Amino acid sequence: MGKYLHVLSIGLQNTLVYRANFLFRAAFGLIPLAGTLYLWRAIYGEPGAGAVINGYTLAQMMSYYLVLTMVDAFTAVAEDDWQIAGDIKDGQISQFLLKPIDYLQYRLSLYAAGRLIYTTCALVPVAVFLAFQWSAVVGPVSVLALGQTALATLLAGMLQFFIAYTVALLAFWVLDVSTFIFTQFALEYIASGHLFPLDLLPPWLHQVLMGTPYPYLAYFPVGLYLGRISGNAAWLGLGIQIFWVLAAYLLARLVFRLGVRKYSAVGG
Amino acid sequence: MKTLRRYAQVYGALMRYSVIHEMQFKVNFLLWIVVECLWFGLQLAYMAVLYGHTESIAGWTRWQVVLLLGCNQVVQQLFHVFFVTNLSNLSELIRRGTLDLLILQPMNLRFLVSVKKFEIGNVANAGLGLVVIGWALAKLGQWPSALEWLGFVVVCCAGLLIHYSLCFMLACVAFWTVRAQGILWGYYNLFNIARLPAEAFPRGLYRTFFTWVLPMLLVSNVPARLLAGTLTSPGPLVALVGIAAACFAASEGVWRWSLRHYSSASS
Repeated sequence: MGKYLHVLSIGLQNTLVYRANFLFRAAFGLIPLAGTLYLWRAIYGEPGAGAVINGYTLAQMMSYYLVLTMVDAFTAVAEDDWQIAGDIKDGQISQFLLKPIDYLQYRLSLYAAGRLIYTTCALVPVAVFLAFQWSAVVGPVSVLALGQTALATLLAGMLQFFIAYTVALLAFWVLDVSTFIFTQFALEYIASGHLFPLDLLPPWLHQVLMGTPYPYLAYFPVGLYLGRISGNAAWLGLGIQIFWVLAAYLLARLVFRLGVRKYSAVGG
Repeated sequence: MKTLRRYAQVYGALMRYSVIHEMQFKVNFLLWIVVECLWFGLQLAYMAVLYGHTESIAGWTRWQVVLLLGCNQVVQQLFHVFFVTNLSNLSELIRRGTLDLLILQPMNLRFLVSVKKFEIGNVANAGLGLVVIGWALAKLGQWPSALEWLGFVVVCCAGLLIHYSLCFMLACVAFWTVRAQGILWGYYNLFNIARLPAEAFPRGLYRTFFTWVLPMLLVSNVPARLLAGTLTSPGPLVALVGIAAACFAASEGVWRWSLRHYSSASS
């Protein structure tokens, strides 16, 4: 455990170098967010539009995207998948196979460090943005819901990492993993609720998507916050989320083991 | 005239080289086309879901918005075909000092830096955008005149020039910071608002800024409105072409100023 804390602290120091970059990134990310919010305002402002769309008031809809932005800051993989694929391609990974350090835990520590710094940097522009949108923000439905949201966000971060890690490990087999990373990202973008709350979809499609791990990356934590998912459904959801985290973890371990067997240490 | 012919020949050779290079990795080439299709499908799906809950957005009907997405796809993919790879590569040219080699060529340096790689795969995706435009027009039950199509080509070129000039200026930051990939990533966020109806944004700082300073709300909106026949005056057409010229002039200024700051990375 101690050595991974050390990795975490080195990761923190290394990522701090990019704090200006992160600030820039977070600020730029607010431009499309503002666009989405304006679009929804326009939809709610249409003549003949009701005050509620599928159970969402305008304030709840705006809050959906604002909370989503924060969950995303906590959980998004930035460069991790590209770096992992790069390590495999250039043979850098050999040193981890020879030393008493576990590559998955090593990358997880670096990911955690990256997210800590990013979230701290993103807080500044996001706070300014929130101040402007304050009238449109609704609080968490209850203290319990807030606690569940925090837990679900943490689990979402782990799930996100294991998925990205596994996709990056495909570099053991193919030369260029970027198409896989982008395909995975596209699926995740729509199926996790990044574009819109999943319960705006026809119910059958919503149900189908809930059977995949994707909603547990974003829609689920935000839904807890807004009270769209509550009571027994919330606890059941957390259980399912834990199941997906474990499944993704085991898959990551398995794929790594298979990959190493195939590995030929290019450049090492 | 002779110079023009020489540049055309060089560009032809660069294109041929790019295509040959691309064909070495056939599966990867096809996969990239599929990935881009997927992202375009995502945008269409997003609008389909929104229009499942409303009849119109800021005066735009469903098929007018599909038309807008198609226009945005055409401009964005053409930007990919000609420029994106080259612009994101500029920081690498500076970091490795490879720019020295290009400086010594008897060609315009900006030309070489901007168009070296031609991405043939994205031509297919731009074609897909055209198909969607045709589909939306058929659903709208109208067909633009030859003159309107000509105007469409002109404003698309203007939009392309705007994206190129703005992105080129951003890429020039690499002359100072050396690493500048993150900046191009930032530019991608701007594409996300280019495909929204400009009227959805209330008059104010945000809309003014993204209309006149970074004209994202013009580049795809104006071609779409031209084809949909919802332009009431030629004002936006003139504005788009004028801004494109201004952006290009500004980027040339930034380029010359940046080059003066270039100190080779190698010996």
